[in-house]
Amino acid sequence: MNLLSVTNLHVNFHTKAQELAALIDVSFTLNRGERIAIVGESGAGKSVLGFSIVNLIGKPGYIHSGSIRLENDELTKMNLRQLQEVRGKRIAMIFQDPMMTLNPVITIGAQLVETIRSHTKISYKDARNIAIEKLNHVQIASPERRFDQYPHELSGGMRQRVIIAAVLLLNPDIIIADEPTTALDVTIQAEILQLLLAICRDNGVALVLISHDLGVVSKVAERTLVMYAGRIVEEGPTLEIINDPQHPYTQGLLNALPQMTLPGQRLNQIQGSMPSLIERPSGCAFHPRCPYAKEKCKKEQPSFIHSGVSSVACFLVEDMINEFANQDQEVSK
Amino acid sequence: MTIPLIQINGLEKTFTTHEGWLGQWHFHQGKLTRRKDSVHALNGINLTINKGETLCIVGETGCGKSTLARTIMGLTSPDSGEIRYLDQRIDHLNNQQRMPFRRRMQMVFQNPYASLNPRMTVYQTLSEPISFHNPKLSQSQIDEKVEVLLESVGISASSSDHYPHEFSGGQRQRISLARALSVDPDFIVADEPLSALDVSVQAQVLNLMMDKQEERNLSYLFITHDLAVVEHFATRVAVMYLGRICELAPRSALFNHPKHPYTRALLSAIPRLDSNTTQAIRLIGEVPTPIEKPIGCVFQARCPYANQRCYDQSPEMITQSDESSVACHAIEEGRL
Repeated sequence: MNLLSVTNLHVNFHTKAQELAALIDVSFTLNRGERIAIVGESGAGKSVLGFSIVNLIGKPGYIHSGSIRLENDELTKMNLRQLQEVRGKRIAMIFQDPMMTLNPVITIGAQLVETIRSHTKISYKDARNIAIEKLNHVQIASPERRFDQYPHELSGGMRQRVIIAAVLLLNPDIIIADEPTTALDVTIQAEILQLLLAICRDNGVALVLISHDLGVVSKVAERTLVMYAGRIVEEGPTLEIINDPQHPYTQGLLNALPQMTLPGQRLNQIQGSMPSLIERPSGCAFHPRCPYAKEKCKKEQPSFIHSGVSSVACFLVEDMINEFANQDQEVSK
Repeated sequence: MTIPLIQINGLEKTFTTHEGWLGQWHFHQGKLTRRKDSVHALNGINLTINKGETLCIVGETGCGKSTLARTIMGLTSPDSGEIRYLDQRIDHLNNQQRMPFRRRMQMVFQNPYASLNPRMTVYQTLSEPISFHNPKLSQSQIDEKVEVLLESVGISASSSDHYPHEFSGGQRQRISLARALSVDPDFIVADEPLSALDVSVQAQVLNLMMDKQEERNLSYLFITHDLAVVEHFATRVAVMYLGRICELAPRSALFNHPKHPYTRALLSAIPRLDSNTTQAIRLIGEVPTPIEKPIGCVFQARCPYANQRCYDQSPEMITQSDESSVACHAIEEGRL
């Protein structure tokens, strides 16, 4: 049984003028101990998806329909108290900017202890021991001293380590990391990624990594979901997606990377930009930017089809598969 | 020999930390002493930038990349050292004297959301520098120039009366570039111009910058921490650490044969798409703040190859066979 299964999730934003769809028909599953990544440009709905898993989207956004199941519990139907049991304890989140996540006027220790004690009945002393042990676990030097320090006394990488320690406090089943290393230098990024990877492997924690950096994704995730304009457009094993992208958008994203062209040559850019929620194109939302767009793409939304080990929502791929099937039939005749 | 476009010799810059009167007292070796701490942001930088080339500066946060850019542009004044533009000293000029150089050197900033005035339309943003530096132009000439500029960065001229908030991040960064180009400079300092943008948009802006370079024979000083961009775009690369340049090399030499231990660690840390990359070289600790002026090599505290000489004596830049120059005792002594 899947640890987490999201089926046909629709998330809308309610505005005076109209209902805006931020997520349309998103479905995916996550197994225990599995590491998946969600990639896409800004505005694709990656973060909204991450937030909606723990029902954290604030007004005017709301879950319109669909289900999010954590083992046997339906998260969309839970009330606030039940949700708070899930948040932190079973699903924990790491955000992009560690300075925004930590409270600047409370010491790190107090924040960690508060997290433990709000979920479990435990004495301050025991909670402190757990906190220090976890700080040690994320390789923070002299954790006893750091325990009494304020967030501003730590460097960016150190703060992100503290956040990871906080996430580990309650031994969650799933960690959702929303661009955890975007604000950090490459050398620190490498360390934080290694740490996250080690933690997930050692404790069997499942990871949902939200990122726009395909290099980072290729190092961490086993499976990748590519999002465009609120929909998942391609899903498959990370290596497969990087080596053999099927959807024109995924191909565009990969080709835009500087390492894909010879030094000094023009980079392959994707024409245009991500549409805003208000002006979502008809049919396949990617068609105005797609070099292979056909008449059909402007009118109909392609459905998911299996192509090898990945699934893709694209008419181009669908047509190609049909063509091959026809050829096969003719050959067999 | 041709004169380099920009020449920087022994540039130093220190910032004093603004602590209160009480914060200036330190208890040191049993005595209470009063002193002001200062951060040594630049520690003797020597650089040249040639016409038409792209010099990339890489390094971690706090190594002084941005201070270097701002000092070259005259936004902060250096403590010592000199900056020459086509062999004319420009580091001690007053505002009036600097004006002609301001026209020839322009800057593009990191965050296009903050660097464009939200209360000025695109037309106002672009026409102000044009009319300021070319007071003889007529209104219609200015209008025409703005229109040509906008089209040249891929923004339709009809949107010239729009405000910055109506554009996306990539469009805004292209407008910033148009503003820098509006006075026909020959040198542009770009301080992390791509870090706020998505990959595909990064490609657009980078392509635009390369096009403009070809078209106008521009020189760039490009500051970034994204080494993939550097590998693609740079002519030469300078690696900075704690206010010093530790390696300066042509692009291919740097990426194929990184020499300085810091460069090696930096390059190994890039997450690459190909799966069989070597394990990242782990640096111990993080970049220290340069409160004390470092004696010896700036990198000694994190360097796995440091010996006693590295602690005592600051390494000099030594030119290697492949045109790169490295400041490292280990390389000099052949230990590495």
